[in-house]
Amino acid sequence: MSGVRVLVGTRKGAFVLTSDGKRERWDVSGPHFAGWEIYHVKGSPADPNRLYASQSSGWFGQMIQRSSDGGKTWEAVGNKFVYDGVPGTHQWYDGTPHPWEFARVWHLEPSLTDPDKVYAGVQDAALFETTDGGLNWHELAGLRGHGSGPHWQPGAGGLCLHTILIDPSNADRIFIAISAAGAFRTDDGGKTWTPINRGLRSQQIPDADAEVGHCVHRLAMHRSRPGVLFMQKHWDVMRTDNAGDSWHEVSGNLPTDFGFAIDVHAHEPETIYVVPIKSDSEHFPPDGKLRVFRSRTGGNEWEPLTRGLPQRDCYVNVLRDAMAIDSLDSCGVYFGTTGGQVYASADAGDNWSPIVRDLPPVLSVEVQTLR
Amino acid sequence: MIRVVLPAHLRTLANVDGEVALAVHGDVTQRSVLDALETRYPVLRGTIRDHVTLRRRPFVRFFACEQDLSHERPDAPLPEAVATGAEAFLVIGAMAGG
Repeated sequence: MSGVRVLVGTRKGAFVLTSDGKRERWDVSGPHFAGWEIYHVKGSPADPNRLYASQSSGWFGQMIQRSSDGGKTWEAVGNKFVYDGVPGTHQWYDGTPHPWEFARVWHLEPSLTDPDKVYAGVQDAALFETTDGGLNWHELAGLRGHGSGPHWQPGAGGLCLHTILIDPSNADRIFIAISAAGAFRTDDGGKTWTPINRGLRSQQIPDADAEVGHCVHRLAMHRSRPGVLFMQKHWDVMRTDNAGDSWHEVSGNLPTDFGFAIDVHAHEPETIYVVPIKSDSEHFPPDGKLRVFRSRTGGNEWEPLTRGLPQRDCYVNVLRDAMAIDSLDSCGVYFGTTGGQVYASADAGDNWSPIVRDLPPVLSVEVQTLR
Repeated sequence: MIRVVLPAHLRTLANVDGEVALAVHGDVTQRSVLDALETRYPVLRGTIRDHVTLRRRPFVRFFACEQDLSHERPDAPLPEAVATGAEAFLVIGAMAGG
């Protein structure tokens, strides 16, 4: 019997939401790690019962938790994230040099084939890897060593590496994104990296079309077409058809092209979803209406999806890692809000309903399709 | 035995209730007590002091005998009452809301 398991990270713990394939009735488990910030929880595509969670606290630092039974029980694994060599400096908000300091793990991306191999995107921005199930972590230092590191600057949430996409057809090709440095690609398993930001324009940096410095909020890919990527930038929704060598804008008729989350339909590679947010200083939906926008044309032409979502007095945000897609025949779409709601649609976005309404602010949402 | 009181989140991580009793060999200092604590509960490595520098994390404080020992040198002797077990060494999460 098919089903789904939704993994929710919040400001005060993790929650696991499970349902059968109908996605009408839900069991809610949690809070796991109550009181800790859970930036991300993700399952291994190679072993759905293997989960990893990033647990952090301003008081007690970073923990990584691992489950081998689908989130019923957890064990703490390695939490030592040490930059390779002399960390050096990046730009601070005012443009002055600031030492690289580890703060937390934003995103965990398990290998597509090996449950013990996981990539971790951290703040201050760097990419780490474990090959022993999280016991030991080492930095893939070629990314910060690319040469542009001293020019990277933090976004409002910090200098974070928040997106990691592994090419399903080539495990040596990985895409990452950093706020606010931009997107980067490796074609050799992380040894060397290329900035892939041509076509991006950002008014918040001295040279609007510079090679690095762009505040990329999120990248999304359909596994059948790993050379096509979609991007929600600080402002602008972008698309590349050549693995990031060049980008073009597909914001089209969106009411605002600011936002954080973006994702792709499981079975329709040209169907994409965003949640427009009013502006960089007003992190809530325009007009108090929570609307997901769907494009069935790979961008430019967008339709609002509103059925079941609040259409008045709604001033929540949807953060960059807080949208996910299941791969059941009728594609499910999920997102969480800073107001603590997790909404689900079992029909590709036509109709929505809340799974839960009153969690702590939601930082991340992932979904596993269980068959 | 040295008595150590941990904050709730660290007791949960270490899977302990109440105080922790530690045997410390040699001088009883912040460093020797924390070394013994982390040896017995490796999961606490990195949560009280930095993995590499071994500096106290900024939002962690050390109290004992009604004194703030947070800024004492790591190798300074702890109060005699801590060394004899009459008083506990308190690891505290700074009062910072959240």
